[in-house]
Amino acid sequence: MTDVTASRPLSERTQLIRKNLRRRHMSETIFRALGLLAIIVALGFVALLFADILRKGVPAFTQSNLHLTATFDPEIIDVGPPPGRIAGQSEAEFRAASLKWQREVAMLNWNKVVEASLRALAPAGYEIAAKDLLTIPETDARHRLREMFVADPSLLGQTVKVDVLASANADNWIKGNIDRSLPDSQQQLKAPARALIDQFVSNGTISMGFAWSLLTNVDSRAAPASSGLLGALVGSLYMMLIVIVLAVPIGVAAAIYLEEFAPKSRLTDFIEVNINNLAAVPSIVFGLLGAAVFINYMHLPISAPLVGGLVLTLMTLPTIIIATRGALLGVSPALRQAALGMGASKTQMVFHHVLPVTFPSILTATIIGVAHALGETAPLLLIGMKAFVASVPATPLDQATALPVQIYLWQGNENRNFFESHTAAAIMVLLVLMIALNGIAIFLRSRLERRA
Amino acid sequence: MDTLTGNTRVTQSPDVTSTPVELSKRTTRLTARDVTVHYGSKQALHGISIDIPDRAVTSFIGPSGCGKSTFLRCINRMNDTIEGAKVGGTIKLDGEDIYDPSLDVVELRARIGMVFQKPNPFPKSIYDNVAYGPRIHGLARSRAEMDEIVHSSLRKAGLWQEVKDRLAEPGTGLSGGQQQRLCIARAIAVSPEVILMDEPCSALDPIATAIIEELIDELRENYTIVIVTHSMQQAARVSQKTAFFHLGNLVEEGNTSDIFTNPRNKQTQDYITGRIG
Ligand SMILES: Nc1ncnc2c1ncn2[C@@H]1O[C@H](COP(=O)(O)OP(=O)(O)OP(=O)(O)O)[C@@H](O)[C@H]1O
Ligand SMILES: [Mg+2]
Repeated sequence: MTDVTASRPLSERTQLIRKNLRRRHMSETIFRALGLLAIIVALGFVALLFADILRKGVPAFTQSNLHLTATFDPEIIDVGPPPGRIAGQSEAEFRAASLKWQREVAMLNWNKVVEASLRALAPAGYEIAAKDLLTIPETDARHRLREMFVADPSLLGQTVKVDVLASANADNWIKGNIDRSLPDSQQQLKAPARALIDQFVSNGTISMGFAWSLLTNVDSRAAPASSGLLGALVGSLYMMLIVIVLAVPIGVAAAIYLEEFAPKSRLTDFIEVNINNLAAVPSIVFGLLGAAVFINYMHLPISAPLVGGLVLTLMTLPTIIIATRGALLGVSPALRQAALGMGASKTQMVFHHVLPVTFPSILTATIIGVAHALGETAPLLLIGMKAFVASVPATPLDQATALPVQIYLWQGNENRNFFESHTAAAIMVLLVLMIALNGIAIFLRSRLERRA
Repeated sequence: MDTLTGNTRVTQSPDVTSTPVELSKRTTRLTARDVTVHYGSKQALHGISIDIPDRAVTSFIGPSGCGKSTFLRCINRMNDTIEGAKVGGTIKLDGEDIYDPSLDVVELRARIGMVFQKPNPFPKSIYDNVAYGPRIHGLARSRAEMDEIVHSSLRKAGLWQEVKDRLAEPGTGLSGGQQQRLCIARAIAVSPEVILMDEPCSALDPIATAIIEELIDELRENYTIVIVTHSMQQAARVSQKTAFFHLGNLVEEGNTSDIFTNPRNKQTQDYITGRIG
């Protein structure tokens, strides 16, 4: 069978189109390749970042626990019984007596108890100075024992099992964060302590466990192994709440007013330009502004989550306003006409029809704005939130730090070997929060959009 | 007028034999005098004067861009919502100037309903679409009364049979023609005195068009209707009065039968015979 179409010469026009077609396909292929390349490069960097953080941070989630068998030796714990209630004694007098007793307990040399229990665990006659022996447990071990005793004075004379954290240096040695071949002069721990630690590890006296202290403890300088993120987490939480309570309603209301109600005039144009400019202002400038206005002028406390929250609110407002306006702008004019045509007032149009359809996008934009605020560091440094705070802030007016600032502080800690992994672990916690927030945004968005 | 049967009527030549209406005997509902509209510096309407009769269908015809929609929007002041639109002249509803500053547009739009060219139901349930107007205007005192309004409006719009089992489903899930009838139901739920329709059938197929034309014909009994249309046949079929617009001017207006049988103006004649447009 002969091919009829092949024998017919191509028309000039078709040939022209074909020639062009090759060029068009070519440019499409090039564009696709470039796009793919861009994505691969971006993903590659993200993967690199995550891999690095995970590699460094995961070890920080396990920590060395030292299983002690402590004896509350009456020889060392040379203190009378806690004061009991005496008939006719007022509540204040009783409390004063209790406190006096607690002070006496605190004056005792609890390190001796720790030392004794460690010596009991070491092989008989093991030669190690008391000072060096005490470098193995974290320095807060004695506080643990004292608190146990204060809570239950009947422990006097008894022997109990108690788990304490190994010191940061011991942890480093166990995890191999320190080069074991370094000479004695460059090691943090003395040789007998290092050998004893290795023994403890092999006989199970020291074991690895999940580092709950990272999430349940506050920052600590005296006992680095026990330092945790709780204070920073609570500080960040307060600030996020303040941002949500202030920035979201103000931002959304401002956007609605500007987009739906404000007459178009020079003034509103000016405001619009300035909001866009504000969104581009470096965040550190907001910190300066916050320090000047909230602290110097309004005399709000320094280092407080309240001030941090206010500064982050200022910083987040333009983002929320711009995103909300964008969402409102995207509502089809047909919907607005339908509402107005039915005799809805402008407010009714906005609240009955426009807001419900834009709600998912406004919500997403808001959550992402809040997530941004959560990760912001620079402005917080300028309002004093970089101070070392070893307590959980009870109110937003107390001194506190924030997660990203905690990362910055740990990154600068002198005990590099130990805090490198702690820093990475804190970054992981922050990233998990961010991913969770973004996940919530995506989830709510898809849920709400399906319903709409 | 007899009922429409399928789409046969739609393709017919202009049916100028529809019920002759003595327009002069009807009361005038709306009067427009010398209405001008500017969009920014561009003038879209050059002094329109027309009387719109009560309980009759008035159709506006004319080539694209001649200002039909613009004039229609003047009647319920939807032009107020367009940035830069300026309206001059007077429009009176029952002798009352609708552009009087003391008049509330919200009330005006409850009295003058509008159906748009593209069906635009709210992204809410069918029930809520229809109930919205009565709800915001406080027309129903009880749940039962609201149900009654919604049901009767859907019935009047010829949609009841199709949606009676799915009132809770979103109105946006209906077909185009059903959506447009839903919009009509929504408009008549507040019992407006005047209904404005801007090319209500332009997005519909002949069958849906026929249903809506039939509906318009029934609504005429109780409402004053103004309809913009590009279909000469439709104007001829449903309206009693016709106005021909051209380049922002009202060229000719009168009984529909007169306009289609012996137009006085050359432009009108050219348009209805398809020479311009
Ligand atoms: N919102 C607006 N802004 C500026 N100019 C407008 C606007 N709406 C309409 N116009 C202009 O006013 C004139 C009349 O427009 P209009 O929409 O009233 O025409 P129309 O007769 O309804 O046309 P069509 O039959 O195509 O719908 C046109 O020239 C149009 O460009
Ligand atoms: Mg139009």
